[in-house]
Amino acid sequence: MQIPYTVTVRPDTGLYNAKLGIWLFLASEVMLFGGLFSAYILLRSGATSWFVGSEELSVPIGTFNTFVLILSSVTVVMSWASLRMNDLKKYKMYMGLTILLGLVFLVVKVLFEYMPKIEHHHIPSSHNFFAIYFVLTGLHALHVVGGLIVNGYLWGPGSKMWDTDPEQFLNRIEVAGLYWHFVDIIWIFLFPALYLL
Amino acid sequence: MDVTQDLKKEINLYLKVFGALAILTAVTVAVASLKVGIGFAIIIAMVIAATKGSLVASFFMHLAHEKRLIYLLLVITLVLLLALFFITYGTIGDQVGVEIVS
Repeated sequence: MQIPYTVTVRPDTGLYNAKLGIWLFLASEVMLFGGLFSAYILLRSGATSWFVGSEELSVPIGTFNTFVLILSSVTVVMSWASLRMNDLKKYKMYMGLTILLGLVFLVVKVLFEYMPKIEHHHIPSSHNFFAIYFVLTGLHALHVVGGLIVNGYLWGPGSKMWDTDPEQFLNRIEVAGLYWHFVDIIWIFLFPALYLL
Repeated sequence: MDVTQDLKKEINLYLKVFGALAILTAVTVAVASLKVGIGFAIIIAMVIAATKGSLVASFFMHLAHEKRLIYLLLVITLVLLLALFFITYGTIGDQVGVEIVS
C-alpha cells in the first residue's frame, strides 16, 4: 500500500503529511516543556530560599554548550540545503557534523556537569533547585539522544532512500531538522532560566 | 541556475542568523554578570531568549514562509501555553513571598 502525501501536497492542508505531523508533535512538546517550566516558576516563587544559578552551575560550560547546539542548528539546515543542491556528499558531511556536535553536547553535559554534581551530592533530593534542574535538563538531554538516533539513521542506512525516492528523503531531512531546531530552542530558554537567573 | 542562486542567498542568511545568535548568547551572559535586580534580569534574559528562539523558528525552521494551517496550530499552542503559565501561577500569586505557616 502506498502511504499518501509523503511527497505531494495534500490539497486541504497545503502541506505534505509529515510536515503537519511534526508541527503537531512539536506543539505537544511545547506543552510538555511548558508544564515543567511552569513548575520551575512555581517552585522558585514559592520557595523560602533558592540558589543563584550562576553560583551552583558552571556558566562557561553552559555557554559552551549553547554555542554547540546553535552551531548544530546551522549544520543541520546546511545539510538540508546541500541535498537541495543535489550534493549527497556535502549532506553527509553536514549531517555528520550535526551528530558530532550533538554528541559533544551530551558528553560535556554528563562528564562535566552531571558527574561532578552527583559527586558533590547535588542531587534531586538535596534541593528543589537540583530537582527541577535535573528534570528539565535531563528531559532535554533525552531529546538530544532521540534526535541523534534519528539523525544517525538518516546519515547512515536511511540515506539509501536518496537513490530510490529523493523527494521523500529530502522531506525526511526537513522534518528531522525541524525537530532538531526545536531541541535547540528549548535549550535557548533553559540556559538563561537555570544558569543565569 | 536560478535555484542555486536562491540557495546561495539562503545559506548566506543562515550564516547571518548564526552570527546574530552567537552575539545574543554573549550579550545574555554579559548582562547576567552585571548583577542588576532580579526582576529586570528576568525580563532581559527572557526577551533575549525569545528573540533567539524567534530567529531559529523564523529562519532555520522557515516559519517566516509557512502555510496558514501551521500558524493557526502555533497560535492555539501559544494561547494554551500562556494559560498554563498564568492560570497555575494565579493560584499561588497571592501567596508569593508569604512564609508558609503550618
